[in-house]
Amino acid sequence: MTLVFILEQVLNGLLIGVQYLLIALGLSLIFSLGGIVNLAHGAFYAIGAYLTVALAPEIGFGGALIASPLAVGLIGLVIERFLLRRFYRGEPALGLLLTFGLAMVAEQALRMIFGAAPLPFGIPSWLRGQVFIGDLIYSRYRLAILAVALVCVLGLWLLLKKTSFGRVVRAGVQNPDMVAALGISLKPYMTAVVVIATGLAGLAGTMMAPVTGVQPAMGAEILTFAFVVVVIGGLGSFWGVVLAALIVGVVRGLTAYAYPPATEAAVYGLMVLVLLLRPRGLFGEHIARFE
Amino acid sequence: MSQFGDSISRRAVLRAGGATLLAPALAAPAFAQGQAEAIRIGHLTPRTGFLGPLGEFAQQAAQLAVEEINAAGGINGRKVELLSEDSVNPQTASAKAERMIQRDKVACLVGEINSASALAISQVATREKILFINTGANSDALRGADCKRYMFHVEAQNTMMVRAAGRALLDKGLIKGKKVYALTADYAFGHDLLKQAKKFLAVNDATIAGEDLIPTELTDFSPFLLKIRQARPDVVICNLAGAQITNFLKQYSEFGLPYPVAGFGFDTALAWGAGQGNFLGTWPVIWHHRVEAPSAQTFVAAFKAKYKRPPENQAWGDYTAMKIVAQSMNTLKSTDSTKIVEHLESGAKFDIHKAREGYFRPWDHELMQEMYAITALPADQIKNQYDIFTSTGPLPGPGESLEILATTKDENACTFPA
Repeated sequence: MTLVFILEQVLNGLLIGVQYLLIALGLSLIFSLGGIVNLAHGAFYAIGAYLTVALAPEIGFGGALIASPLAVGLIGLVIERFLLRRFYRGEPALGLLLTFGLAMVAEQALRMIFGAAPLPFGIPSWLRGQVFIGDLIYSRYRLAILAVALVCVLGLWLLLKKTSFGRVVRAGVQNPDMVAALGISLKPYMTAVVVIATGLAGLAGTMMAPVTGVQPAMGAEILTFAFVVVVIGGLGSFWGVVLAALIVGVVRGLTAYAYPPATEAAVYGLMVLVLLLRPRGLFGEHIARFE
Repeated sequence: MSQFGDSISRRAVLRAGGATLLAPALAAPAFAQGQAEAIRIGHLTPRTGFLGPLGEFAQQAAQLAVEEINAAGGINGRKVELLSEDSVNPQTASAKAERMIQRDKVACLVGEINSASALAISQVATREKILFINTGANSDALRGADCKRYMFHVEAQNTMMVRAAGRALLDKGLIKGKKVYALTADYAFGHDLLKQAKKFLAVNDATIAGEDLIPTELTDFSPFLLKIRQARPDVVICNLAGAQITNFLKQYSEFGLPYPVAGFGFDTALAWGAGQGNFLGTWPVIWHHRVEAPSAQTFVAAFKAKYKRPPENQAWGDYTAMKIVAQSMNTLKSTDSTKIVEHLESGAKFDIHKAREGYFRPWDHELMQEMYAITALPADQIKNQYDIFTSTGPLPGPGESLEILATTKDENACTFPA
């Protein structure tokens, strides 16, 4: 009896983990290649959600699912081209200050444009409803999020592993000087990585808008967890981040079942434990320039 | 992770620094004018964080009230100047209250939503003998163990919220002999609300089928929705706070659980934030924009004209408090806080934009007033994004004493320090 409920929480925890996945992957990519801890990453998630609320009445939720991440990626492009680019090789604290400032500007801009109150937005009727598997209940919408996230994760993995683009990016993570010596400029690759990463954050915002409060602080709220996922997973490790996201989700689900007041604390406890046992994270790679 | 801790405190430092630079610049014009100096009123309320959405309504309403007061001739012929700032947290609230009193010489302080910040402000106000009207903090303790001579409460106490909602729920047959699952925000407000709610449930033969304390940063409720489904209660009681209620409502509707939902604390902005189709259940509110009293509808029309949306209950609190302050100062022809305290304690009645006038109880300074319980409308009866609920009539009803919902002296004793 209880075992069924625990299994139910584990499966649900996997679904929770998927919510952090797209944001954490982008965060990890930008840091691995550019050396910038992007504190503004949550802002792209929030902008994605707000754009969805604004666009959905015109082009439908399906249209917003495409248009909103593209628009967010475009904003990412502009910010990379004019701001981020200046900080890749510089003092890490400068990149932190820049992205922290950007996050505050974005949050206040959303507050000024849309107001501080949460904007009403619900699941589109064609994705509403529940799916029952035996006695287990699933929201149809969450299964749709799972499907979209799986497609993105697989697509990103293929892009990084199987294409010449991915080979340059991976080489750039390990040894940018060698890549430069080979006559390849990392600049356009970095731009592309930022566009992909911010686009994924925008996509996450779009998909979460129907099931979470669309309010200016939503980006800051999710960013902390995305960071915890990246730290647990290990820098530079694609599957480490994926695994960490799922573990974090399951730990939250099980703590909520056993001892609710510790639901948030358990995730940080997990991070401390992982850092003590494996300081580079679960599958963290040895990256010489960050040591 | 230490850099996040550092960056948050850096943010607070930047904000505080910016505020100190800005404040003199904002205050300067008052001295430049040759005429009688303006009466300053300090307004503190959270503008960021999970109470930020409510604080925005509070600030807008206070601004509107001051414009109306000035348009009607000000206070004793002097203009009113509003100094409005983000109270952030108890420490900042206390520091800003002190600065507003000592440097800006405000005549009184109005605002706040967070109970801990309200307590911090009340301590400064009492020390400086300056009136503070609390417009949004609910904890019973502020009216009991922590009550202060110079603090008055336009906002209802938690017990009043519980009893107002409780009446509506009893009428719907959702309490007597029923199994209840309670979700409670894991901080002072939630704990206090849960304590009052449990008293009410015990008296009315309800049993607890399950209860969880929810961390305030939690945004995903799915593990708890599964637990609720497993417990199969007759009703789910949600004692959460701020933006969390919006998340809960959206996800509850996503999982389509069949159990009726109710809560003992609420703000209409959260219903609007969840949106039609997601907002459900029965909730207590201190006021809402569909209250029919003529002065309520005048306020709604003025607020709509200025801000393009109806006021929510937090807007009512700050608007009403400003009007009470102005009216008292005009009646007394004085801005002296001690005189105003005596005036408010004398049982003076005020139009509080409800059917019946309100007055402050002298022994705990709580505003005696009507309240309401709202219930989500079915989807086919909803015409726009704001009119998504129906309301009970005033609670207490027209023939009853206004004091029956509030705590008695035995339940929540208050002695003002001499």
